[in-house]
Amino acid sequence: MNPGRRQLLGWGVAAAAGAALAPGIRLAELAQARAPQEAASALQRWGLLIDITKCANCDECVTACHEENGVTGHGRPETDAQWIRKVNLRDKRTGYAQTLPLMCQHCEQPPCVDVCPTGASFRRDDGIVLVDKHTCIGCRYCVMACPYGARSFIHEAVSGQKADVPRGKGTVESCTLCVHRVDRGETPACVEACNRDGGKAMVFGDLNDPSGEIHRRLESEPSTQVRADLALNTGVRYQGL
Amino acid sequence: MTRLAAGVLFVVLAAAGFAYGEEKRTARVPLPVVKIEKGEACVAPTAEMRRDHMKMLAHQRDRTMRQGLREPRTSLKNCIDCHASRDTGSVLGKEGFCSSCHAYASVGVDCFECHTPLRQKRTAARP
Repeated sequence: MNPGRRQLLGWGVAAAAGAALAPGIRLAELAQARAPQEAASALQRWGLLIDITKCANCDECVTACHEENGVTGHGRPETDAQWIRKVNLRDKRTGYAQTLPLMCQHCEQPPCVDVCPTGASFRRDDGIVLVDKHTCIGCRYCVMACPYGARSFIHEAVSGQKADVPRGKGTVESCTLCVHRVDRGETPACVEACNRDGGKAMVFGDLNDPSGEIHRRLESEPSTQVRADLALNTGVRYQGL
Repeated sequence: MTRLAAGVLFVVLAAAGFAYGEEKRTARVPLPVVKIEKGEACVAPTAEMRRDHMKMLAHQRDRTMRQGLREPRTSLKNCIDCHASRDTGSVLGKEGFCSSCHAYASVGVDCFECHTPLRQKRTAARP
């Protein structure tokens, strides 16, 4: 560790101590992007807040996700990979209809990680649930375990992958929360697209950062987790559901 | 005289046979094409790279995947950016930097089942 970084860490600790003493102090350090040589840390917990009352009847998030991650299909919806999808809900009695995007919920206690026999399905320290395709054997236990149907298996040989998003036949994949963008300090492609062309329904941020919008809104406004009964403590939260 | 003729014949045949064998060997197993498009020893000396590049890649792979450490120095993407062929933009193919050596050594290269073999940066100017 070089002296500069040591000093910075020292400041971080000092700031954290200050915050503990005086709750009004902002932990700005936690909200900033990591340096490339700094590992993902449990100080952060990345998550999404989706206000479905604003969710427009569009699929900008789905298009942007699949474009960003090079997720292409073969026109076979039964087997094509799907990282994010629009779910339409309709109350049978009243006819009230809602639409929401559903993807990997980045659980704190992910069932997909519990069942993985090789440790390929794992949760990164900052809360992002990923598949290490180097060790994935394609058994699809995680696909069955996920209560959100978020995972897809790649059935056919893939070509034309994006450099940041390797994809290959015989492995399982799902939403990565655009981990390559998050590591660069950007927001996921779906959030960017929703705020540009959609209903501005999605917010991305650090659930642990008291100064961040997502933390503030979760603290002051009602929100729900999908299948909260499973007590998975999801990183993706919904409002208006 | 007969003995001399037999000797000459033997020498001629042996030389022809040797030449034939040599020709056949090079035709059957073409030598790898090692074309380094840019720079020299950016990570480690050539001998070390030839012996240990797979260890470096595997190590970096786990750090990047599990800890989110995206150090460009030994990242596969960075390797490809310099080593991809100027003509095809790829490290695979007949004269590809990765594939020609791996074919010669008869060692499978699994990286590109998932990773793209194509250069992402625009081709650097010719030196």
